Amino acid sequence: MSVLGGDGPHAEQLTQPARAGCGWTDGQKGTMHVTTMSSAEPTRRDFLYIATASVAGIGAAATLVPLITQMNPDASTIAAGAPIEVDLSPIADGQVIKVFWRGKPIYVNHRTKKQIEEAQNVDVAKLPDPQPDSARVKPGHDQWQVLIGICTHLGCIPIAHQGPYDGYFCPCHGSVYDTSGRIRQGPAPLNLALPPYAFLSDTKIRIG
Amino acid sequence: MSGHPSYQPQSAFMRWMERRLPLGGLIYSSFVAYPTPRNLNYWWTFGGILAFMLGVQIVTGVVLAMHYTPHVDYAFDSVEQIMRDVNYGWLLRYLHANGASMFFLAAYIHLFRGMYYGSYKEPREVLWILGVILLLLMIMTGFMGYVLPWGQMSFWAATVITNLFSAIPLVGESIVTWLWGGFAVGNPTLNRFYSLHYLLPFVIAGVVGLHIWALHMVGQNNPAGVEPKTEQDTVAFTPYATIKDSFLLAVFCIMFAWFVFYIPNFLGHPDNYIPANPAVTPMHIVPEWYYLPFYAILRAIPNKLLGVMALGASILILAFLPWLDTSRVRSARYRPAYRQFFWAFVIVCIGLGWLGSKPPEGNYVLFARIFTAYYFAFFLVILPVLGKIERTKALPNSISESVLREGKPIGAPAPPPASAKV
Repeated sequence: MSVLGGDGPHAEQLTQPARAGCGWTDGQKGTMHVTTMSSAEPTRRDFLYIATASVAGIGAAATLVPLITQMNPDASTIAAGAPIEVDLSPIADGQVIKVFWRGKPIYVNHRTKKQIEEAQNVDVAKLPDPQPDSARVKPGHDQWQVLIGICTHLGCIPIAHQGPYDGYFCPCHGSVYDTSGRIRQGPAPLNLALPPYAFLSDTKIRIG
Repeated sequence: MSGHPSYQPQSAFMRWMERRLPLGGLIYSSFVAYPTPRNLNYWWTFGGILAFMLGVQIVTGVVLAMHYTPHVDYAFDSVEQIMRDVNYGWLLRYLHANGASMFFLAAYIHLFRGMYYGSYKEPREVLWILGVILLLLMIMTGFMGYVLPWGQMSFWAATVITNLFSAIPLVGESIVTWLWGGFAVGNPTLNRFYSLHYLLPFVIAGVVGLHIWALHMVGQNNPAGVEPKTEQDTVAFTPYATIKDSFLLAVFCIMFAWFVFYIPNFLGHPDNYIPANPAVTPMHIVPEWYYLPFYAILRAIPNKLLGVMALGASILILAFLPWLDTSRVRSARYRPAYRQFFWAFVIVCIGLGWLGSKPPEGNYVLFARIFTAYYFAFFLVILPVLGKIERTKALPNSISESVLREGKPIGAPAPPPASAKV
């Protein structure tokens, strides 16, 4: 501030913050009462503090975006999650096969007539997660039950053809699913999830 | 506390140093002249043991990191290579794996000691909360370390624990995908767990620094639960506390060594010597013993979201202990009713640990529910109410009085043939 030089401008400069804040003139032009009371009115310095802190805060928050987003699945992981095709013809009546899509086990269950009837003849209203069997298979393909083999409780892999409903049983915390993959007993809150899939022909599906 | 000599540098170098960086003075005032209550018993030695165990874990961990490969294709094999090929690799890994158990054992004893003697009460609330933060950090670090060998238990522990976050409404699934870095637990998950497992112990060390700083602000609690009033009530940290800490540390290390050299896999699970297989969940998955009580609470509640909330609450509730306990008397020595409830609480915690190791069926679930109810009732009902209605015993006037006269006022007639017990 020495570039300003002289006492006059220097003295005037000292009074500047006061004028902006709690300083007041008593009628005589240029005469100031400089008080040390904290001001009720915001000063220019307050504005600068808040503006500086805001810019720094917004900058810091913006920096978090790449730091947090880098933990989401990367491009190669997403690319490896492309749809897969499964040939159904070798799967025998009553057999369950397991394929992997996006690192998740997908059960393809070729259900027997008895299993289909059992799954259909359930009082849907009494289920913990009410869903009719027809909503869990593709129309006209009642014998094919395709579902994600991950327990909806905490992510273990249920075992096929286990448990009182001849469906799936999770060994971790004892959740029991029926042949439609609906939750019947245990701590899991929801039915086994269905992957997105479509029939390309009667003996071929595409998952994803 | 005055009366204990202040630091006098002996050598010319230390005098030179002291004027520039007074490290000698800090160490002297913190670990030599620092006044400790004269009635501290052996339950007070676990803080030192914990500091030692943190050192053991960091030293063995840094060395293991020189030989470990955090990749799903190599992690399991690199751990086996440490066991078979690396010089003393077996010793370092067994020290690290069993060291985690010893660390938790000491932490739980330290925690129960704080609860028994009311060490969390005014003015030690911040000290206590820092301790709860340390426990949380230990739980996170231990969990991520358990994932690194990439055995079956590692993989499925990672799956189950990360899936706890899927219970959060709306954003749960997105959070789990973000934690995994994929659509399932995989290589990105292993990599980031390795990174964080290396980072967190140093965070723990930092918080330990705060914990000790807070301790030295307010001073140690003691078995009588009354503050030191005169110099008669305290002794210098060195040699009194130092020798006591050293003795129990040596005893503790004998037990540690016994596990490491004779039964190194006793606390582990055989399933973790099977390489991780995303297609097959082991028939019976259980966490390490030090998480079992929390695991039992999780499974006791037949609703996913509420179970996860109870699991989190069972740890976080400890942070509120200073305000949940309304009694003004610190030590359970002078709280006969609290003492009963406290020991019931200890038994419940151990019982939950046992139930957590059992399959979730039949009476196991029933007892887990009863014990879980007591766990929370202890904090939310018993402690707030008991503080208001309990008839406590008369507190000693000073620590000296409680030690020298077994709580009887100094000046009262001495009992005939004193059965001296210190």
